[in-house]
Amino acid sequence: MKKILMKGNDAIAEAAVRAGCLFYFGYPITPQTEISEYLSWRLPEVGGVFLQAESEIAAVYMAYGASATGKRVMTSSSGPGMSLKQEGISYLACAELPCVIVNISRGGPGLGNIQPSQGDYFQAVKGGGHGDYRVIVLAPSSVQEMVDLNYLAFHLADLYRNPVLILSDGMLGQMMEPVVFWEYDFPELPPKDWAIQGKNGRERKIILPLNLDPREMEQVNLRLAKKYRRVEEYEIRFECFGQEEADLLLVGYGTSARVLKSVVRKGEKQGLRLRLLRPISLYPFPSRVIKEEAQRAGRVLVVEMNLGQMVEDVTLAVGDRVPIHFHGRSGGLIPTVDEILEKIRFVLKSEESS
Amino acid sequence: MKTIFERPKTLLEKPFTYCPGCHHGLANRLIAEVIDELGQADTTIGVGPVGCSVYIYEFIDIDFVMGPHGRAPAVATGIKRCLPDVLVFSYQGDGDIAAIGTAEIVHTAVRGECITAFFVNNAIFGMTGGQMAPTTLTGQQTTTTPAGRDPLRTGHPLRLGEMLGQLEGSSYLARVALTKPNLIKQAKEAVRRAFLTQQEKRGFSMVEFLSPCPTNWKMTPTDAVDWVDKEMKNVFPLGVIKDWKEGVHVH
Repeated sequence: MKKILMKGNDAIAEAAVRAGCLFYFGYPITPQTEISEYLSWRLPEVGGVFLQAESEIAAVYMAYGASATGKRVMTSSSGPGMSLKQEGISYLACAELPCVIVNISRGGPGLGNIQPSQGDYFQAVKGGGHGDYRVIVLAPSSVQEMVDLNYLAFHLADLYRNPVLILSDGMLGQMMEPVVFWEYDFPELPPKDWAIQGKNGRERKIILPLNLDPREMEQVNLRLAKKYRRVEEYEIRFECFGQEEADLLLVGYGTSARVLKSVVRKGEKQGLRLRLLRPISLYPFPSRVIKEEAQRAGRVLVVEMNLGQMVEDVTLAVGDRVPIHFHGRSGGLIPTVDEILEKIRFVLKSEESS
Repeated sequence: MKTIFERPKTLLEKPFTYCPGCHHGLANRLIAEVIDELGQADTTIGVGPVGCSVYIYEFIDIDFVMGPHGRAPAVATGIKRCLPDVLVFSYQGDGDIAAIGTAEIVHTAVRGECITAFFVNNAIFGMTGGQMAPTTLTGQQTTTTPAGRDPLRTGHPLRLGEMLGQLEGSSYLARVALTKPNLIKQAKEAVRRAFLTQQEKRGFSMVEFLSPCPTNWKMTPTDAVDWVDKEMKNVFPLGVIKDWKEGVHVH
């Protein structure tokens, strides 16, 4: 298949079209604006609709309305814009409407800056909106995965009738790499008999993210929880890289994981035995495999582009029998291979002497 | 025997749960009547908001999507862009459409989105218990303006219809009241004109209903009707604000 050199943001936009998404609503914010720009010409070309909304809030609710009709729909944003979309994501989750939401994240909090960061992990994975809900979160670490995981995102959104978030960052959005657009070929999904399109002779349907009776509301939450347990059973994705018998397990996702692959390779040349576990699905989180790998290696180093967020989930997974270390850079800085290697040597030395 | 008056088919056989003296029931009924007369019950989608207006889905027998505070016009936009031939309307109170959802309603009108907004203006936040709304009259007492609304502190009443009338994308805008039989007839005509505007794809349409809120105004239903006629109408004059038939706008 033909390889094309493409920017991450353009690749994710093209992947949406090839996954059958004909409706996109968004609002410009750096560093994700190319997604909107690309779809502004690409969607009309295939008979779809691109609409630049007046705000992030309006964009997510346009997506909500479109999804209610049964169409595939996407919206995207970055950092501060994602905060504005959170209310809508909670509504999508409650109404069980499928929608793909892309966060090409940047440095924060506040207005922050436009450099790549992983400071939105808590917001993405723990749910930034109100109420008892979960969003499937996928974290690409290459331009090719911007395509692969966006294909998957549309499938999972429809399969589980749930919003799916792609948590990427400005590095992956702005970089260019060769990509292959393989044919979108996921198993067929059940018909969207819940969608509303006007009664057309049948009984009316109501999409209702509202339940005033606490007993009924609890039933809704329990039904959602059951779905989330199913997601946790079937949709965990991760990648392992490096030596099977290692002295240290590295855990990182997205851009951090790219750097960690170089760390493993360079470390090997320096005689270090390292293994990388890269979560691809951040929710559901690959807790069990991280625990197993951590016990095998005997020590863990979590590397993130924030001051410690996913490390909490790693700690929950591993428990207190295996020492867990953390290295993070924040504010839009990307940790370098050498600074991580230095940290690794420090960890191995301190573990030896203790 | 000739039937001259009956329940609209699209109005479900269910007693209204609105407060006594509130005009939501009348507004719901008029919308249902017009949907019936246009033969559109199978091809209409309503978008509900929050506040007292949310209950419309309980009474009108069509597909509904409920949105959050103020965002119904954005939800309606998403639906309409996917299903251009379906009649789509939002049904919103003044707190919803003129406070938290001002941006959404303005830009839906700016885009000339072919949807219809029904706006029930009772000059107060109803469901949350009678706080000041953007449409609260100068001097009107509410739970958050206990000494009466003072424009120097809280601004002036917002005339949304007149504001949207400035926008090229709006095609039909009318303000009606339901306090007298002849006004109810005019209101129904406005609902019909608004839906026709949408059917003919001429852009955005809105009908504003002035409605009493005896519960939060702390008045009897009859006094509340009088207050609409004597006080509200002075600030919110009735009539057609804009009509494409007069050659103003063709989408």
